Amino acid sequence: MARTLDTTTAEAAVPHQPGTPRSGHRSGRRFRQTAGRQHHAGPLTYVLLAVAAVVSLFPLYWNLVAASHSGERVVQAPAPLLPGPRLLDNLSFAWNQVHMGEALINTTVVAGLVAVSTVVFSTLAGFAFAKLPFRGRGMLLSLVVATMTIPPQLSVIPLYQIITDLGWFDQLQSVVLPSLVAAFGVFFMRQFLLEALPIELVEAARMDGAHSLRVIWHVVFPVARPAMAVLGMLVFVQAWNDFFWPFIALTQDGNPTLQVALAGLGAGNHTVDHAVVLTGALISTVPLLLVFAFLGKHIVGGITAGAVKS
Amino acid sequence: MATSVRARPDGSPPPAAPPSSTGPRNHRSTSGGWRSTLYRWDIKAIPYVFIAPFFLTFAAFGLFPLIYTGWLSLNRVELGGDPQWKGLENYTDLATSEFFWNALFNTFTIGIIATVPQLLIALGLAHLLNYKLRGRGFFRIAILAPYATSIAAATLVFAQLFNTDYGMINTILDWIGVGPVHWESSKWPAQIAISVIVTWRWTGYNALIYLAAMQAVPQDLYEAASLDGASRWRQFISVTIPSIRPTILFTVVVSTIGATQLFGEPMLYGGSVGISGGSGNQFQTLSLLMYEKGWVNNSLGQASAIAWIMLLLLLLIGGVQALVSRHNRKKLGG
Repeated sequence: MARTLDTTTAEAAVPHQPGTPRSGHRSGRRFRQTAGRQHHAGPLTYVLLAVAAVVSLFPLYWNLVAASHSGERVVQAPAPLLPGPRLLDNLSFAWNQVHMGEALINTTVVAGLVAVSTVVFSTLAGFAFAKLPFRGRGMLLSLVVATMTIPPQLSVIPLYQIITDLGWFDQLQSVVLPSLVAAFGVFFMRQFLLEALPIELVEAARMDGAHSLRVIWHVVFPVARPAMAVLGMLVFVQAWNDFFWPFIALTQDGNPTLQVALAGLGAGNHTVDHAVVLTGALISTVPLLLVFAFLGKHIVGGITAGAVKS
Repeated sequence: MATSVRARPDGSPPPAAPPSSTGPRNHRSTSGGWRSTLYRWDIKAIPYVFIAPFFLTFAAFGLFPLIYTGWLSLNRVELGGDPQWKGLENYTDLATSEFFWNALFNTFTIGIIATVPQLLIALGLAHLLNYKLRGRGFFRIAILAPYATSIAAATLVFAQLFNTDYGMINTILDWIGVGPVHWESSKWPAQIAISVIVTWRWTGYNALIYLAAMQAVPQDLYEAASLDGASRWRQFISVTIPSIRPTILFTVVVSTIGATQLFGEPMLYGGSVGISGGSGNQFQTLSLLMYEKGWVNNSLGQASAIAWIMLLLLLLIGGVQALVSRHNRKKLGG
């Protein structure tokens, strides 16, 4: 399957840009779309897009509303539509009584570590695949792409046995280590560096007798910086929201990430009302929404430049 | 020196060290023989050093567990216990288990209901966003906001909205005279509700991918089409869709992989009976069944067999998709 997939994904994942002037140093350009927009939008287009925006945002708005009412009010019909008075009470309860505060810190640590390490290792591997000749390069790259199609379900059972043997059950390293580098990241950085890094820069550094680590530090990283930032954000979002493996490896009352803590609340492990559960959901969503609000443009660029979802 | 970098540049054999030269002498007078040897070694080995972290991580946390899962699936295993060889017994047990067939069927139906509308709506949205339009940035961020929401948060919110007794959706249906829909206890409404959660989270993301592909379609194709008198709809069907076909195929593949592994949404949607996919297993997916076998019934062998069946399923679907796309390419002659 993967063998047949890789060319199409490779083609599709990075939409062909109309020829932008190539400049290694201002490579952020590759993420900016120069579009072939053919017509002006009519009123119907605005109406439909407004509907799409409302449908997208309403559940998030309603999450805020529900988190600001009492548990009794949330389960009365008709459901509340306007914010109520209890947001701070709910927040403090969720933060202190059901581990949401601790979970927020854990999640930040996990997502941060995973993002940094994925970005660094993906840049190294992406650089090798994009610019360095070595035996088996094509085959190994196909293998990288192929690994993207393997569901996590296929590895969780042995991993679970391993972490219990090592005494890592319910420890954060059990969710960090398997995510230190991602196939998607390697592929993403390769696609970027193919165009953004002129081989002359590498050659020039080599002529000056620079060894590979210096080339990486002084040539590759500076050129790759915009893509590294975008990849970092994408990976951070993914790690923040990761569910399946953390749910198996961690427990709600031990060292939960936000998603594990939420899953416990949703399954009714702690008898709390629905307002508190939805306050937990709000705590897990708001930090990422803030990231999107400030850096959304770059994330949009990143998603469209290396479209892979996990 | 070339002034442009082509898509596949060959590497950069440094002039200082031609790979064929075996002599200890270096062109560069500044460094001695050992340095050039080191340098050559650096050039040869360094690519492997750079890709090693990925392949080591994959070997340890991807490939080894995958193979080991295959071996476990041929055994009876409990956590902490020794495996007992059972051959294909786990698989034959599954083949005669109604729970397995139910889960397989549910995975398939939820996958279809969640994926097909999602991608069609995404195509439509991308087309709309492709017009010249005010507030483009806002619309893009707005439809991407669900992507920032985690599975858990989104499911918990929608579970409230879909609640049979007090949820907003049944309230609205009540106003327009439709009786209460049992969004959790009846099979199809429950599967539709779960599909809505998946669709809500991913539609904007896919729309943006389509949009990027649409913006790369050469403008003159549209100009030629409109000179031929093609309407906008006609242009969309005959120019836009064929041009972004690879991207569409890509999203279909990715969405299929995602739908096959559906776990968090049905589990959290079911609340206290989430692991079994509802009181009557009406939305238990393969992933949920696997979790139940492994972590509730403590039979890791059965769980491993389900995992491997999921892999085979994906290979099968992937094969079909590859054939279809090849067939389409042939038919179009391009």
